[in-house]
Parts: sequence; C-alpha cells; structure tokens
Amino acid sequence: MAIEVRIPTILRSYTGGAKVVEGTGDTLGDLLTDLDARHAGLKARLVTDAGALHRFVNVYVNDEDVRFLGALDAKLNDGDSVTILPAVAGGAFGFAAAAAIAQHGAAAAAARGASVAAR
Amino acid sequence: MARYDSLLDACGGTPLVGLPRLSPTVPHGAPPVRLWAKLEDRNPTGSIKDRAALFMVRAAEESGRLRPGDTILEPTSGNTGISLAMVAKLRGYRLVCVMPENVSTERVQLLRMYGAEIIFSPAAGGSNQAVATAKQIAAEHPDWVMLYQYGNDANARAHYETTGPELLHDLPTITHFVAGLGTTGTLMGTGRYLREKVDGIQVVAAEPRYGELVYGLRNIDEGYVPELYDASVLTRRFSVGTRDAVLRTRQLVEVEGIFAGFSTGAILHAALAVAHEAVREGRRADVAFVVADGGWKYLSTGAYGGTLADAEDALEGQLWA
Repeated sequence: MAIEVRIPTILRSYTGGAKVVEGTGDTLGDLLTDLDARHAGLKARLVTDAGALHRFVNVYVNDEDVRFLGALDAKLNDGDSVTILPAVAGGAFGFAAAAAIAQHGAAAAAARGASVAAR
Repeated sequence: MARYDSLLDACGGTPLVGLPRLSPTVPHGAPPVRLWAKLEDRNPTGSIKDRAALFMVRAAEESGRLRPGDTILEPTSGNTGISLAMVAKLRGYRLVCVMPENVSTERVQLLRMYGAEIIFSPAAGGSNQAVATAKQIAAEHPDWVMLYQYGNDANARAHYETTGPELLHDLPTITHFVAGLGTTGTLMGTGRYLREKVDGIQVVAAEPRYGELVYGLRNIDEGYVPELYDASVLTRRFSVGTRDAVLRTRQLVEVEGIFAGFSTGAILHAALAVAHEAVREGRRADVAFVVADGGWKYLSTGAYGGTLADAEDALEGQLWA
C-alpha cells in the first residue's frame, strides 16, 4: 500500500532532494514513522517532542487539513495523497508571490532591507 | 434602492445570490443542495476588506489610539491596503503600506491613487518578512498606529457583527459557510456568529496553495500563523491549488455570470466539494460562500484566458489570493 507524500523545499534535505516520496501507514503518525526509517530526521521536523504536529507545519490528506481529520491519528488509505507545507501568513499572498518572483535575487534582496519609496 | 450619508455608510449589506446552474443536481425526491454567493465585491472599494478596515479604524478611534491627522501603518499589498486607504482618506488619516518589492503595478497604482504611501520590504522573505519589516518600522515610529489585521480583534468582529448576521438574515436555512483563510478574520468572525445561532453549522476554510517557491522559507520555525486564528471555529480546512482555483473562477463567470478574483475560485472549489458530499449523503444543504472581490485587479495576469496550464504558469508567482 503506497501513499504519495509531497515534501516542501525546506525539508528536501531529508529526502535527498526528492519532491515526492512514497510511504505506508494506516494513520498519518504511522506514515511519518515509516518515512523516518528511510529519511532520518524528517519526522522530528514535523512532530514536536510532545507528540503533536508542529505549529508551523500544515499537513493535508487529499487537500484537506489533517488537524480536522484527527491530526496524527488521521486514517490513511492506499492511493491517498499527502502534502506537507510550512505555514505562511495567509491573506498576504502578495508578499509570498513577490518572494517567488524575486527568487533569483533572493540573497541580494534579503540583504537590501526596507527602502522608502514614493513620497 | 438605498441611500447613504457617505461611502463609509454603504459598507456591507451585500447581496446573497443563488447559483441555480452551479448547484449540484440531486436525485429525484432527494433534499435540495443549493449554493449561494455573498457578493463582497459590492463593497465601496470592491472587496470584503472594506468591512475589516472600517471596523479596525473605528475601534482605534474609539479607544483613543487614532486621532485626527495620525498616520496608520499596515503590512499589505492587497485589498486591505486599498480599503484602509479609502477609509483613511475619508476619516482624515495618512496611510503607509508596507509591501514586498515586485508586487503588481496595478496594486501600487491603486494604492497611490487612493492616497497611500508605500514602503517596500525585501521580497525574499515573503509575507513573514513584510510583517517583520512593518513591526520594525512601527518600533522606529512609535507615533504611527499599526492596525495589524492579522492580530486585530476588530477585523474578526466586523464579520461577527455584520457578515454573519447578514447571512443568517438572508439564509436562515444555512448549513455551510465557506470562505478564504487569510488573516482568518472572515472565518473567525462569521464562523463564531453562525456557530452561536445555527445548530450543526459547518464552517469551512479554503486556503490557497501556491507554487512551491512561495513556501521557500529557510526554516519551519520561521512559519507564521495569524494571531486571530482559532482552529476550533472551523470544522474543515481545504487546501486549493492554483489550477482548481482558476478552473472554478472561470466556471463562476461562464456559468453564473459572476466575475470574481481567483481567491473566490478557491473558495468555490471547497464549496462545491461540500455540496457534492451532501448530495452523496442525501442531506439537505444551503452552502453560502464568499465572493471576496471582483476579477478586475487580476486581468493583467492573463489567467482568465488560454488553457488551464497556461493560466497556472501565468499565476506562478502572481497575486491570486
């Protein structure tokens, strides 16, 4: 039984750069344990020491937030698609989009700091 | 027809319209499943954000934080900035918006036309950087008033006091409320109101899922969840990708004649999901969803025409919600 898992850019250091990996498990918790066996350290980035999903991580099963499906106990089925995303400020995609546009000059832009324009 | 003393008084009271063509067909004899669109583009500056902007300014005035001639500071590149600029102009304040470099020229032009001044923050850090920059500028200008929509109770209260009651008045049989998850103000305020009044109401969030570059934070710990967000108000939360949002946005104008922005397409996608689920389960459903704004500000993306793949490419790194 295989479940497809989409890994965000910032966590691909744990998957050898892979965007999509496969795993198995009856629940999300089982799946993350299975993934961690092959991608050591991944689970610790997603689950706190207290055993809950990290506050700034969102996990979706078939496009639905698992926090409303039982979180780590959310049931999984063969063929499900799991997406992991970091939380970013919603309603402000403008900012995030601009980050995407600026990908090439990211380092330079980050160093530049705020500048006042259009007075 | 209605008459108002000023544009500010014309905020809210938006129409709720049925979508007979987009509502799913139910088997003969099965209970009806109907979709309803709350046309928030009919607000003074054309988006749902007018409600929050007006309430946040009024709350700051009432608490004494804002006095005539003061400067308001807000991190926004979108509708909130346009709404605040209009409210600030009419109430006699100066508005400074913090936004990333490289936002669309339409946004910058609109904001300046309404009288806002703009401070650009480094694009690379995304929304978190813009928020951090705004906080830093606020520290440097302690006399500037930062309304901070992500953590301002008046944002959610605007919807608790207006959007929620309007929906219940127009649709007493409401079973589902679906809206976009951004600052979370719409869902928190409307959701709380409806939960108090309607047994079993489903409060459903549609969250835009962008191209992966958008999520290119350096560290998970740099993530950001708006202070207003309280997960217990929601019953479900969907992540909607660009392609589905564009598809539904086009469908809404092609089938029902409602020309909306892409965030509305994402919301409609989630609304259709719960509507079809109700059909499968043989349950009655009156699903009300938010049309957050019109499509005008997004025309230049080119994503209203061509193939869905073209549109997806066009929106990669563009403002769509």
